[in-house]
Amino acid sequence: MIQLEINGKRQSVDVPGETPLLWTLRDELGLIGTKFGCGMALCGACTVHVDGQPVRSCLAPISTMANKKIVTIEGVGTDAVGKALQAAWVDVGVPQCGYCQAGQIMSAAALLKRTPKPTDAQIDEAMSGNICRCGTYTRIRAAIKQAAAKQGGTR
Amino acid sequence: MNAPLILANVSRRRILQGISLGGLVLAVGYPPTARAQEAKKYGADGMPNGWVDNPLAFVSIAEDGTVTIVCHRSEMGQGVRTGMPMIVADELEADWRRVRVAQAPGDEKRFGNQDTDGSRSSRHFFEPMRRCGAAARTMLEAAAAERWKVPVSEVEAKNHEVVHRPTGRRLGYGSLAKAAAGQRVPARETLRLKDPKQFRYIGKGQLKLVDGRDIANGKAQYGIDTRLPGMLYAVVARPPVYGGKVASFDPAEALKVPGVERVVQIEDSPPPAHFNPVGGVAVVARNTWAAMQGRRALKITWDDGSNAGYDSAAFKATLEESARKPGKVVRNDGDFTAAAASAARRHEAEYYIPHLAHATMEPPAATVRMANGKCEVWGCFQSPQAARDLVAKRLGMSADDVTVHVTLLGGGFGRKSKPDYAIEAAVLSKATDGKPVKVTWTREDDLHHGYYHTVSVEHLEAGVDGQGKPVAWLHRSVAPTIISIFNPAAQNEAPFELGMGVINVPFAIPNVRIENPEAPAHTRIGWFRSVSNIPHAFAVQSFVAELAAAARRDQKDFLLEVIGPSRQVSPETLADTWNHGESPERYPVDTGRLRRVVETVAREAGWGRTVPKGHGLGIAAHYSFVSYIAAVVEVAVDDKGVVTIPRVDMAVDCGATVNPDRVRSQMEGACVMGVGLAMLGEISFKNGRVEQNNFDSYQVTRMAQAPRQIRVHIIPGDYAKPLGGVGEPGVPPIPPALCNAIFAATGKRIRRLPIRDQLAV
Repeated sequence: MIQLEINGKRQSVDVPGETPLLWTLRDELGLIGTKFGCGMALCGACTVHVDGQPVRSCLAPISTMANKKIVTIEGVGTDAVGKALQAAWVDVGVPQCGYCQAGQIMSAAALLKRTPKPTDAQIDEAMSGNICRCGTYTRIRAAIKQAAAKQGGTR
Repeated sequence: MNAPLILANVSRRRILQGISLGGLVLAVGYPPTARAQEAKKYGADGMPNGWVDNPLAFVSIAEDGTVTIVCHRSEMGQGVRTGMPMIVADELEADWRRVRVAQAPGDEKRFGNQDTDGSRSSRHFFEPMRRCGAAARTMLEAAAAERWKVPVSEVEAKNHEVVHRPTGRRLGYGSLAKAAAGQRVPARETLRLKDPKQFRYIGKGQLKLVDGRDIANGKAQYGIDTRLPGMLYAVVARPPVYGGKVASFDPAEALKVPGVERVVQIEDSPPPAHFNPVGGVAVVARNTWAAMQGRRALKITWDDGSNAGYDSAAFKATLEESARKPGKVVRNDGDFTAAAASAARRHEAEYYIPHLAHATMEPPAATVRMANGKCEVWGCFQSPQAARDLVAKRLGMSADDVTVHVTLLGGGFGRKSKPDYAIEAAVLSKATDGKPVKVTWTREDDLHHGYYHTVSVEHLEAGVDGQGKPVAWLHRSVAPTIISIFNPAAQNEAPFELGMGVINVPFAIPNVRIENPEAPAHTRIGWFRSVSNIPHAFAVQSFVAELAAAARRDQKDFLLEVIGPSRQVSPETLADTWNHGESPERYPVDTGRLRRVVETVAREAGWGRTVPKGHGLGIAAHYSFVSYIAAVVEVAVDDKGVVTIPRVDMAVDCGATVNPDRVRSQMEGACVMGVGLAMLGEISFKNGRVEQNNFDSYQVTRMAQAPRQIRVHIIPGDYAKPLGGVGEPGVPPIPPALCNAIFAATGKRIRRLPIRDQLAV
């Protein structure tokens, strides 16, 4: 049994230690908002926060997650930054198919927590690990800026 | 093989109809007498199961006033779950805040055609959905008039209530729901449609996406997200070479992996591929990870079959060889040979575009459960009726006993119109006594077992007059055809492929010859967003720019001159019998509209402006899916040859719009996809196997490589005129506009995609 803290709630799971966090979230805990896209940390669809840092959950063995604070797309809206980003995503009409957007929002939330007033170059860098095949990048950038502005972090 | 494919008007839909009837209609075609008797049908009328405009199928109203509108087309990012219900709601005078959207199961008899591709949803269902809304509104009005015992002419539905004009009395839709449902559905010809000036939602673009909040909160449900009690999870090891099969396998090690329950062989499907699974060995487990681990432990010996020698580099040489020799003539105006011989100068160029993979962010995934002689399917399907019919066929059941639930699609781009993954799940559910089984494809599975965009060589020759203007035009297009997945002997492009921007080019050139030499297929070829328009537009629009450069002319002015004066060109005079399935009278090729998008985009982009050193502007225009799009790309190429794209302008004339914000977003997305395939996209084969495994080797555009700004300029349309497509036509002009911009910036002409490091210094 591995003890986890997910979105502020303590959970325990009984899976082999090498099982990635992604599949634990999706198959064992039913937190299907975190998406599978590549399984190799190449696309960012599975991004979650572990102790505040963005992590690609598809390569993170569950054995390394014990007692860490994990936040997923289902929980990110409980803080102001996550909430502002989710609202901006809706307002700007970012999503097309929407599949990658949970990972995009998680990467963006990690960025804004670290860098409340990101430059374009900082946005590029923070978001470079997240692929959107529908090509919503210009709107993702606009939504990040809008959320940053709402948080008082315009530039 | 020279037997002509009888495919005039037999597009994918007709093929699917063929499937559901248990036979293939193509290649043999209909007997001539039957064909002659069959009146030619166009648009939605020409699609299997056509359209339905019955409000009882699409609209229900609860007593609390909640209006539920059914969306019968699949949502894959184009915004159809917002757009279709919005049309109904507008005519219904429903308050959008009280509208809920329900997704239709696969049932074309009830809802009309559901095959969500070909950029057709708005174009084919704008009118039926308006009638649906208008009919429901009329029924509410009739119910209110009855209740008040007043003439129906005195009442009017307005914003979720019916008003009695003389007295100002009002009744909400909820209180009329029951009585309205009992009203006769009014006859189609008696319906009063709104004056477009009164539209509340259509064309306004102020409504948020119906799924936007769920997507942002992580609650949206895709095919891969299905969870059912007692569900098992499967992944499949498939033959690495198309047409290959399992020679032998040993499940022992796989069965030792904790969580693995069963190892099941899926029957091989020899070519033609159709929409069948390719066969292989499935590992069924208690969770996805265990299934993946189990698959890794399988020992399989493959028999690679006849495509084991497929090699992309060698195949490119084969295509080039074919492109340099005469082939089947598919359009012939004037006398190319004579005109070229007497031309002042001649130009020649060859363009190459490799295979591409859709690489939808959500890989294919489907879940099937069987119980009591019924089968239920959940998944991300562009064509749920095809999934239903093919699952039924594979299981030997009646389609009536198969229910297909359509989830959101995490990207489609044509891949998810082929429900091979649903059939896999069905086979596995059956093998496990009907237990629910979810099949998940990994990214490697997706890239290795796709229905790839074709690979092509486009050979162009022109003879030009003293001013450099083309008087003779030869285009040889050589590419494996999509028809090969239904008929392996097919080696010529079908009318629906030729009609995607190679024969139906409406240029003012008197001598035109289009040829289509043969090309065999060695893998599964499929529809990829905008399909054959991609290679055709790349070649045609690059070649026009090359001719402009040779004539030392401004590219935009030269393009307009080649398009010629504004005129309506019948597709038939361009040898295009297909015309995207639309009537040639309703949808002629309008060079005035093509000119107008070129002029608009040039103006909006500031064509001719001075750009910084290393920057360049390129333009291209293309007509496809009965819409007209032009793009100006601004590139910046640094001293190492690295390309960035500060800005793209796109002008789109798709007729009137349902949801202009989604027209914009589709153009933005098409632009990014066009940039990605031009810069990076390539699926290559070696020893019959795809060489790319994941997003490290099959690269797609990331944020920093995407255009920094994409400005979309929508030409206002008229709701009285037929609508055009939106989802696909934005892609084709982007690669040539980009390459034309690179030429302007660097003097280097790109004729082979992807560009990748061709500019590296």
